[in-house]
Amino acid sequence: MNRPGLLPACTAMLRRDLTLAWRRRGDIAMPVLYALIVTMLFPFALGPEDTLLQRIAGGVVLVTVLLAMLLALDAMFSSDIEDGSLEQLVLAPQPLALMLGMKILAHWITTALPLIVIAPLMAAMLHLPGVVIPVLLLALLLATPLLSLLGAVLVALTAGTRRSGMLLALMLLPLCVPAVIFAAGAVAAAQQGLPWLAPISWLAAALVLAVVLAPLACAAALRIALDA
Amino acid sequence: MTAANPAVPLLEARALSFLRQDEPVFAPLDFQLHAGELALVEGDNGSGKTTLLRMLAGLLHVGEGELHWRGEPLQRDRCAGEILFLGHQLGLKADLSPRENLQIAAGLHGCRDGARVTAVLAEIGLRGYEDEPARRLSAGQKKRAALARLLLLPATLWLLDEPYANLDRIGIALVNDLLEKHTDAGGAALVTSHGAVSFHGGEPRHIRMHA
Repeated sequence: MNRPGLLPACTAMLRRDLTLAWRRRGDIAMPVLYALIVTMLFPFALGPEDTLLQRIAGGVVLVTVLLAMLLALDAMFSSDIEDGSLEQLVLAPQPLALMLGMKILAHWITTALPLIVIAPLMAAMLHLPGVVIPVLLLALLLATPLLSLLGAVLVALTAGTRRSGMLLALMLLPLCVPAVIFAAGAVAAAQQGLPWLAPISWLAAALVLAVVLAPLACAAALRIALDA
Repeated sequence: MTAANPAVPLLEARALSFLRQDEPVFAPLDFQLHAGELALVEGDNGSGKTTLLRMLAGLLHVGEGELHWRGEPLQRDRCAGEILFLGHQLGLKADLSPRENLQIAAGLHGCRDGARVTAVLAEIGLRGYEDEPARRLSAGQKKRAALARLLLLPATLWLLDEPYANLDRIGIALVNDLLEKHTDAGGAALVTSHGAVSFHGGEPRHIRMHA
């Protein structure tokens, strides 16, 4: 009997989720379009006043990206539960937490990464100064995986319940607030020429903690969801 | 495969029961399953056949009683990979082809020595459908795609929940054939079924379930 190592199992998992996302490319485009439309509407609603737009640009981009991510969060485990893939995953001789970590990574790549790619465009539409854009990208690179990981835990916790969307939104709100505060704080500090490393470090610390703990929590929550 | 003492049963249940809201789902069960044996789980609708199989697979926690694997209390980590569970939900991704679905299963569970995905799919009767998305397959073909896992993945104990559902006569014969080969090779299987099933390899053991 040749049991596969961790690396082949991880790549199989990652490739599966990326292939599935690629076969449903339309679903990836949805959050991107949503984010673009929201950012485009702000200048129309507030008037083309450079100073005002500049002041709100960082916050608008961050909040839009995080909200766009929420659109796809709900579906992270639901299809796997429906078609029984999750049962097979739980029974596989692999550490479940690691496999779920791969799923979360695939989810981040397919939903957050496209948003980060268009973030400079969104920032430019709101006249965010060019020097601030690297800080904005750095903040997004740390805040979006944090949100994916926290969201995954909540999705796993609500997996067994019907109509979990509402519950999910309520539970996720207090958890995204710190991420938004630190990310927006870094962008605002950079915009004013102040040091921005401290809020970024806080985000990074939270991300490290989440990377370690969130997959374990997901695994425990999904085992409980199946055990009913 | 580990050389096991033939006297020690592969799987042994003692007064096994499952509780749902403190109510037992089925009457306490006692049975032993040795290597090379096949057990047919019988019972009416709602008698707890699926619950029993999900419990044996490790998806549900043991309610009351004891469950032993090779003479020791069953732990999920120890027998992971030795037990293969096939439930009502087939675990196929509708957007992926049977070939891709099998490759993922092999990536997670491992592969039997010398088993190849293409050959396995041909053997299970899906030649020509290897690269068709699973959503376009018929119910019976989907079932076959899921059953292909039995041929590809290494496992000692098969837990099959209604493996004959949706299958045509050739498919049913195929499953019987698979079961016979598996038990001949020293494996064991627990199968739930409503229909009268004829195995070529002798009379299977019967586990009767009562609500």
